[in-house]
Amino acid sequence: MSQFAINLLFVGASFALYIGIAIWARAGSTKDFYVAGGGVHPITNGMATAADWMSAASFISMAGLLASGGYANSSFLMGWTGGYVILAMLLAPYLRKFGKFTVPDFIGDRFYSNAARLVAVICLIVASVTYVIGQMTGAGVAFSRFLEVSNTWGIWIAAAIVFLYAVFGGMKGITYTQVAQYIVLIIAYTIPAVFIAFQLTGNPIPMFGMFSTHTESGVPLLQKLDEVVVALGFQDYTADVDNKLNMVLFTLSLMVGTAGLPHVIIRFFTVPKVADARWSAGWALVFIALLYLTAPAVGSMARLNLSTTIYPELAGQVQDEEAALQASIQHGEITTTDAAGFAAAEEWTDHPDIPEWMVTWAETGLIQFRDLNNDGRIQMYNDSADFSHLGWEGNELTVNNDILVLANPEIANLPPWVIGLIAAGGIAAALSTAAGLLLAISSAISHDLIKTMINPKISEKGEMLAARISMGGAILLATYLGLNPPGFAAQTVALAFGIAGASLFPALMMGIFSKRINDKGAVAGMLTGLILTLLYIFTYLGWLFIPGTNMLPNTPDNWILGISPLSFGAVGAMFNFAVAFAVSHATEEPPQEIQDLVESVRYPKGAGTAIDH
Amino acid sequence: MAEEKIDSADYWKANVRLITGCLIVWAFVSYGMAILFRPLLAGIPVGGTDLGFWFAQQGSILTFIVLIFFYAWKMNKLDQKFGLGE
Repeated sequence: MSQFAINLLFVGASFALYIGIAIWARAGSTKDFYVAGGGVHPITNGMATAADWMSAASFISMAGLLASGGYANSSFLMGWTGGYVILAMLLAPYLRKFGKFTVPDFIGDRFYSNAARLVAVICLIVASVTYVIGQMTGAGVAFSRFLEVSNTWGIWIAAAIVFLYAVFGGMKGITYTQVAQYIVLIIAYTIPAVFIAFQLTGNPIPMFGMFSTHTESGVPLLQKLDEVVVALGFQDYTADVDNKLNMVLFTLSLMVGTAGLPHVIIRFFTVPKVADARWSAGWALVFIALLYLTAPAVGSMARLNLSTTIYPELAGQVQDEEAALQASIQHGEITTTDAAGFAAAEEWTDHPDIPEWMVTWAETGLIQFRDLNNDGRIQMYNDSADFSHLGWEGNELTVNNDILVLANPEIANLPPWVIGLIAAGGIAAALSTAAGLLLAISSAISHDLIKTMINPKISEKGEMLAARISMGGAILLATYLGLNPPGFAAQTVALAFGIAGASLFPALMMGIFSKRINDKGAVAGMLTGLILTLLYIFTYLGWLFIPGTNMLPNTPDNWILGISPLSFGAVGAMFNFAVAFAVSHATEEPPQEIQDLVESVRYPKGAGTAIDH
Repeated sequence: MAEEKIDSADYWKANVRLITGCLIVWAFVSYGMAILFRPLLAGIPVGGTDLGFWFAQQGSILTFIVLIFFYAWKMNKLDQKFGLGE
């Protein structure tokens, strides 16, 4: 059976499973559609939250970014797990006690104003659509590989499937489907990692293998990796960062963003009791950590494997480094090239040195090669390093970070079924999160905007229709912007976190922990956080992420204090807190019944099930 | 009524105290051990690298899990003590 057929079999079988479960647990009422009837066990809910949460960014993209950035990108690991600590302590139990469906519900009621509700809806939509752009990027990579089509086609096919999937699901269908998706994605992520860790170090547990001895060279794996990347002109993999401020702010942005993301928060409305909301957050993090503790091993081992694929002699004990570098793999004769000199995909095949995976990935356009010095060999190194003494005229191989996880089993020569499994896992990750986000967007529009603010008399049917239309609109917009994404999947998603963290998180937290914050303070704070963060991001990444419309080049020298647009969410959040505090104290206290409401969300007793409207 | 008010104020205070303690640990392992203090820990080797790197990629995540379960366990006990359990 060909690899293509095996991929199709695995992806097809996993889809059949999800669709089967979705039909079995079909959403009957609008309430089921949003919150699954409020009766889900903490472990089940934790697993569903983990699937909801771990998207294409975690599954497909993150290890690739760790591979390319090394220690400096550890922020992704800490940020996307540490956020659960603040979620579990500062938000989840109280929002569960509050007991309504959506984030704008809480903000609108707590700040007793439709203006606050509307601003919350806007923040939610901006953050979620940005998030979906990242998902489309990642899903596009997965689909283009396994269907063997171009990346653009991959993105459109992914969009169609996500739409169909979310529109007929709803929360109840999604909760149980997501449990299945979690199981598929964690198996798919772990199995190749176990194989590769065993191959490289003899230790089958990736999180330990990463810190063990590299069998072939006899030195610790990370030390070997440092040696290899330094030989190729890159910075040490484990090197410390110069700008600690940026790293701290980036980590903080991802953490507060986690706690401000509507599709994650909504999960905590679906457990029966406040105590369960606390346990749920813990279980969610356990299930997330299974992947997050493995990801650094996947990243470092992929980087090592990729480098030693091109330079086989660097893998062992290197006696003569120059000789090892010059012994890079050869390629066949290239006759057809594009305008930039890159070889056409079909040119990749005719040399025994070229591994199979490069040929298949070349078709997606996500890995590209050109022979700059016409020496018949492939050179891959840091383009800003000078290797002219070896006759090199520039880096010849570009590998998109987002393909590393999916290509990893192929790079390590694992059996075809493992490759099929990882395709199914990557698609599960992208689908589950995109569906959860679309649900959050559609409930914000149909429930918070239309039902609560514009037309309270709308029928259940009308509300469901509005929900489905807004899902369609959101996915079209995100897909269109996803064709020219502002970064790799995980980076785009990090922007979404910055936006959510700067706008929604402070309002939610102050709504619970301060009785003094009033409607005016909350609205002013959210707007400040949202607008400042968007301005900073758009300045460097282009207005609405449209390429070429950025005001300043996106490089560290142009960033204020070296703060990257990815890290700015934390700064936005600080401004949000400060403005909300100042404005609230300059204006009147919230009315007594609101202070009583705050009092009541603080105590678990009598939470009941999620209140219907 | 008055007595219940005092009770709930105590409950909230205890909760905020517990959260503060947990968040100090949370910040210490991630921002401290993994980022700001990493140069100070450079002398402690862990499998080919140093302790700060291990905290950044493994240790902080493990600590976060312990923190959340610890908080849930403590709070559920507190709920019982104040008669606020469900």
